[in-house]
Amino acid sequence: MKGMSLIVKTMTNIVIGFIFIYGVYIILHGHLTPGGGFAGGVIIAGAFVLRLLAFGGTTKSEKKSSTAGSVFESIGALLFILIAILGVVFVGAFFANFLPKGIPFHLVSAGIIPICNIAIAIKVGAGLFSIFLALAAMKYVIED
Amino acid sequence: MIIFGSCIVLFLIGLYAIVTKRNLIKIAIGFALIEYAVNLLFALIGFRSGALAPIITKLDTTHAFVDPIPQALVLTAIVIALGTTALMLTVILRIYNHYKTFDIAEIKKLKG
Amino acid sequence: MSFIPLFFVLPLLSAFLIPILGKIFKPLVWIVSTVVSFILFIIALYGLSATRVIPMIVYKMGNWPPPLGIVMAFDSYSALMVLVISILVFAGCLFSLRYMSHYTGQWKFYSLLMLMTAGMMGICITGDLFNMFVFLEIAAISSYALVAFGVGPEELEASFKYMVMGEIGGLTFLLSIALIYAKTSTLNLADISNSLQAIQGTTFFWMILGMLLFAFSIKAALVPFHSWLPDAHPAAPAPISSLLSGVFIKVLGIYTASRLIFNVFGLSRDTAPLFFNILIGLGFLSIIFAGLTALNQKDYKRLLGFSSVSQIGYIMLGFGIGNFNGVAGALFFILAHGVAKGLLFLTSGAVVNATGTRELTKIPGLGESMPTTAWSFRIGALSLIGLPPLVGFFAKFLIVLGAVEAGYLWIAIAAVVLSGLTLAYLLKIENNVFMKQGKTNAKQAPYTMRLAMVLLVVLALALGIGFLPIVEWVISPAAHALLRGLEYSQLVFSSMTFSF
Repeated sequence: MKGMSLIVKTMTNIVIGFIFIYGVYIILHGHLTPGGGFAGGVIIAGAFVLRLLAFGGTTKSEKKSSTAGSVFESIGALLFILIAILGVVFVGAFFANFLPKGIPFHLVSAGIIPICNIAIAIKVGAGLFSIFLALAAMKYVIED
Repeated sequence: MIIFGSCIVLFLIGLYAIVTKRNLIKIAIGFALIEYAVNLLFALIGFRSGALAPIITKLDTTHAFVDPIPQALVLTAIVIALGTTALMLTVILRIYNHYKTFDIAEIKKLKG
Repeated sequence: MSFIPLFFVLPLLSAFLIPILGKIFKPLVWIVSTVVSFILFIIALYGLSATRVIPMIVYKMGNWPPPLGIVMAFDSYSALMVLVISILVFAGCLFSLRYMSHYTGQWKFYSLLMLMTAGMMGICITGDLFNMFVFLEIAAISSYALVAFGVGPEELEASFKYMVMGEIGGLTFLLSIALIYAKTSTLNLADISNSLQAIQGTTFFWMILGMLLFAFSIKAALVPFHSWLPDAHPAAPAPISSLLSGVFIKVLGIYTASRLIFNVFGLSRDTAPLFFNILIGLGFLSIIFAGLTALNQKDYKRLLGFSSVSQIGYIMLGFGIGNFNGVAGALFFILAHGVAKGLLFLTSGAVVNATGTRELTKIPGLGESMPTTAWSFRIGALSLIGLPPLVGFFAKFLIVLGAVEAGYLWIAIAAVVLSGLTLAYLLKIENNVFMKQGKTNAKQAPYTMRLAMVLLVVLALALGIGFLPIVEWVISPAAHALLRGLEYSQLVFSSMTFSF
């Protein structure tokens, strides 16, 4: 798909880092403030979509992005199930909170919840980017 | 009570859009309206008058809080609706590629 | 650790491993799916034997006790449904090795199939209302994508129609969950049944029950909400059609409806006779209307789709009769119809694979060239019509016995006479496909496809001949689990945990 004008490209270069960091902030503070994995994942997907829209992409690069998106989506889901199974290994109940809970209102506290937020954010970000690619960017690409 | 009634009215407007409109995109918008209405109803059920938002910021919790369970359920329902809407729009795009029209009266390849 | 979470963890794990494995080594995806479904079958047998010792096994997720956390409540009815699901998924996976070999992107198919299995298993074992909704939507969205798998115009239109109707049902379910939560402030099934005792019989109670029945009738394809099924089942690939007709509409529609009606809302024949008469009426409407429409169909799989709608009517009839034999007959019918209809759709897949068309008038006579397929079809059809000693006869017999015991002699006679409709439309397929004279050069179905069909034939025969132990060990405890009604909640709260 075609890119956009020079003004948009320059502004994207400046702004995209801030969007990404804002998304990471929302993910990591998921157990303290509203947001969490899903909202942060959407923001990170928005950063990737902005880069694709502003700079355009060739068919080959879009295909590579689609493959990478599918792999990252599986990694995020597998990480989430791995955390749940580790709850069985350490405590004996599925999905139990097995890490130390720590001091309330600190960044590193509340057991497995921050790690679950990260896994969900990877999956949601990759999934939304793949949806964007399938709907808007790739037309009639047949794989395998 | 008026608020719950207006949620039901929004639900009925979405249902009207799904049942009577002929354009495929308008049917998808009808689904979005129904999902908004149901999620809004769900989140409003947890409201308690004179209570704060359910975020604990200090260790002494003497204030009343709004019910947090419907908010978690609405989050899950929004994600499910996202998946459904994405799939529906993809199918609509593929139908457009085949038939070159969004009109539901032209797509009657299946009969009976 | 207990075996209960394995039912949905194993399919989920394999569903997310398959995209990665599919890029490394292609045949691995089929191996993973088949092995996982076989393991699920073994665990389902173990679960069945466990529920004969302990009537209700409760598993607390994350060690949170019942009203606070999500629980999995596994009793004999869940064990029966999980067994049916695993048998049909295993047969479907065996069949799809050769059938899907001319589609591209096979890893997507197996990944979606495993997701659908995880959703169906999750519905059957959960004890929490919103958890049931989430698993229902997982299974439903996977099935919408699977129906549209071969992206031709016919499949896309069928999938869109299915999606619209299915989502209306799902959203009505969500709306009724919101109203139930507003009244009872809890989502645990056992806790809801305790709280609903206070408002038993009020207008609100019947309104919620009506909305739930509407939502599940769309998912179970009861007349008049059945119009998505005859479009969706022919358009899907054959192993998916056999899964859809064989278990999917039963798990999403019949299991959820019966679990909520009997165990959560606590209705029974004695306390709410009008409601059960409405169920009998819905059942007869489905049997007659869909049976008559099936007679004029010219498409193989579309005829079988209308037949599925008709047979779901029998299950509703069994539940509507409401006494022990009626409910046990309905549950046995779930097992019998799953095996028989799954087998019939697999034979249709073999025919399509060999001749490339589904229209009855255009298929050449295949009785001599494909003997395994022809005999599988004949045994599946005879089981559906209800010929002893196949399993379908005993299922219908139990329903008729229940009707006679309850005093409804005319229902019993009508149920037997309407089997003639089933005979008529299945005979139409037999005449047009297998008994026609004429030489063709169609080859026999490939080995794994024949293996899957023979597996289901053997099951139909074995379950029929050995019906007494099956009824005593599998069906009877499940019927007791349903008819226990409100004791479900007492069992959930007082049950012990169970470790491997």
